[in-house]
Amino acid sequence: MRPGSGAMLVLTLLAGLAAAGSARAQDTQKDVASQTCEVPPYLLSTESTLPKVAEAIKNARPLTVLVVGSRSSTITASEASAYPAKLQAALKDKLPSIPVNLSVELQNGKTAEEVDHSLVRLVEAKSPTLVIWQTGTVDAMRSVDPDDFRGAIDDGVVALQNAGVDVVLVNLQYSPRTETMISAPPYLDNMRVVAQQHSVPLFDRFAIMRHWNDAGDFDLFSTFHGTDMAKRVHACLGRALSKFVLDAARLDQAQQN
Amino acid sequence: MSSIADPVAGTPLSDARAAAAAPAIALPVAGERELRLDLFRGMALWLIFIDHLPANILTWFTIRNYGFSDATEIFIFISGYTAAFVYGRAMLEAGFVVATARIMRRVWQIYVAHVFLFTIFLAEISYVATRFENPLYSEEMGIMDFLKQPDVTIVQALLLRFRPVNMDVLPLYIVLMLFLPIILWLMKWKADVALGLSVLLYALTWHFDWYLTAYPSGFWIFNPFCWQLLFVFGAWCALGGAERMSRILSSRVTMWICIAYLLFAFFVTLTWHIPQLSFLMPKRLEQWMYPITKTDLDVLRFAHFLALAALTVRFLPRDWSGLKSPWLRPLILCGQHSLEIFCLGVFLAFAGHFVLAEVGGGAFTHALVSLVGILIMWGVAWVISWYKHTADKGASKTKRPVINADLAGGSV
Repeated sequence: MRPGSGAMLVLTLLAGLAAAGSARAQDTQKDVASQTCEVPPYLLSTESTLPKVAEAIKNARPLTVLVVGSRSSTITASEASAYPAKLQAALKDKLPSIPVNLSVELQNGKTAEEVDHSLVRLVEAKSPTLVIWQTGTVDAMRSVDPDDFRGAIDDGVVALQNAGVDVVLVNLQYSPRTETMISAPPYLDNMRVVAQQHSVPLFDRFAIMRHWNDAGDFDLFSTFHGTDMAKRVHACLGRALSKFVLDAARLDQAQQN
Repeated sequence: MSSIADPVAGTPLSDARAAAAAPAIALPVAGERELRLDLFRGMALWLIFIDHLPANILTWFTIRNYGFSDATEIFIFISGYTAAFVYGRAMLEAGFVVATARIMRRVWQIYVAHVFLFTIFLAEISYVATRFENPLYSEEMGIMDFLKQPDVTIVQALLLRFRPVNMDVLPLYIVLMLFLPIILWLMKWKADVALGLSVLLYALTWHFDWYLTAYPSGFWIFNPFCWQLLFVFGAWCALGGAERMSRILSSRVTMWICIAYLLFAFFVTLTWHIPQLSFLMPKRLEQWMYPITKTDLDVLRFAHFLALAALTVRFLPRDWSGLKSPWLRPLILCGQHSLEIFCLGVFLAFAGHFVLAEVGGGAFTHALVSLVGILIMWGVAWVISWYKHTADKGASKTKRPVINADLAGGSV
């Protein structure tokens, strides 16, 4: 090993790094111009179905959606731009013939186990067709035992299914800035396991957002302080979630029947 | 199976020695360093570093994508192996008290290294907390709340109860090393009993769900009651167990079982990466198998590591000429200074996250950061070894070389 050649190599690589840095500044400008946020089909396909939703649409009954989530299901002071509102708009757009009601129940700072207690009560109060349960973030931040977490979502999903509603699980956000502090993988894995066991569609928010970041749709590392990017990300999430829900309801088949 | 998927710990020492030394522990012949251990530990260090960075092209070269176990298993196993190798000799030659004293000095070094890393981590976090206020992540940024009470946080960190992500291996290592004197003492008496007790502890932990709590909530990410199994197993192998297993290891049946299991694990992991394939997985099997926990060192992970190790030992002989090749030199160098390089790796992972956050993240930059990190690890390992062999030599000619285990790596 010759130290000289090693140093040269390092210098070359550093130069490359600097070049990549300036290239990225151009990328950011491109972002603003074309906000596509395509989601590859495999991230929106699911084997599990939403029979209650399909039935409601088929019989032209109102579709009532309840979103239960933590703070990442909203944007502070701009709730109308958050993904639940965007989801409602997209659903209304695609189902013009039926009324779509959507309400959001934020359970800030509560773990899945703590949310469990209020789930059934919420369902009784709102009698929704579909409950979209966004969870995992608080548990990951408090590093709740993943087994306990799995037990909690398991209980919650069973309670919801027994209450006669369809369930969609929404997992954590992809948050690269806090990756060194919040360990998401065990919670993502356990949500996938529970979703599989109970045939519940899982909206993989984490993978989708990471895809957008990798594809250059959004720079999720950005230190930008305004709400602008949050709004755009939520708009894209809402649209993707509407596609996901209608796809899981197997709408094409439902309409044929 | 991809060829990059099989880096693993080497085990038995092939030089034939009388198994007659049966009751007590059999120490490997002193002399040539076991380069396979250095090689695979170096590889584990690189892989751990890469796995701690955001996913990029290089991530596809890490073994966790091709089976159940990952670099942590390799690292802990080899650490157990080399620790027993070095301090087992000390215990035989200088007695229990002296060996314990040396081990405790090592524990202290690792502890200081951990605290040093924590300081750097705090600096990084504080910077991010003050600079980064994207409303998209207002919830996730709540994780910084611990900065509001540094009095508690720092004390908890010193007690090893508050550990940021990616800083879990050293605390595990400290605990394992703390118990090394007892492990070695038991091994000296009856190695198989020590291993048996370790298995028992593992089984009881699974049965009674024992764990260590962490701060502010949660538990140790690597449950020491479970991970000790790999460490003790490594020690057992080092102290003659590997030799006694050599007949099993060289049997064709073992080889085929290992290959079959590795293929099975590879297929299962494939279904994680390509969700379109998941319909091929029987639901029954999924329900029985998942989740494959890393915290408690799932049996499937342990078995996967064993299979990899058995095949490696079989196909990569101790005297393989490639071990002397300059191409593997960087890996071996890193493996020989594992405490320093491990800490450097953790630091570089923080720094890498930071650079990616500041500079931005194309696929190219991501891969470049990993690559530069590895080059730095290699460079620093080279400098350390230069200090050891050149700079320090002249200064302390009269001093006897102290047995210094690089994260219990044998400089034998």
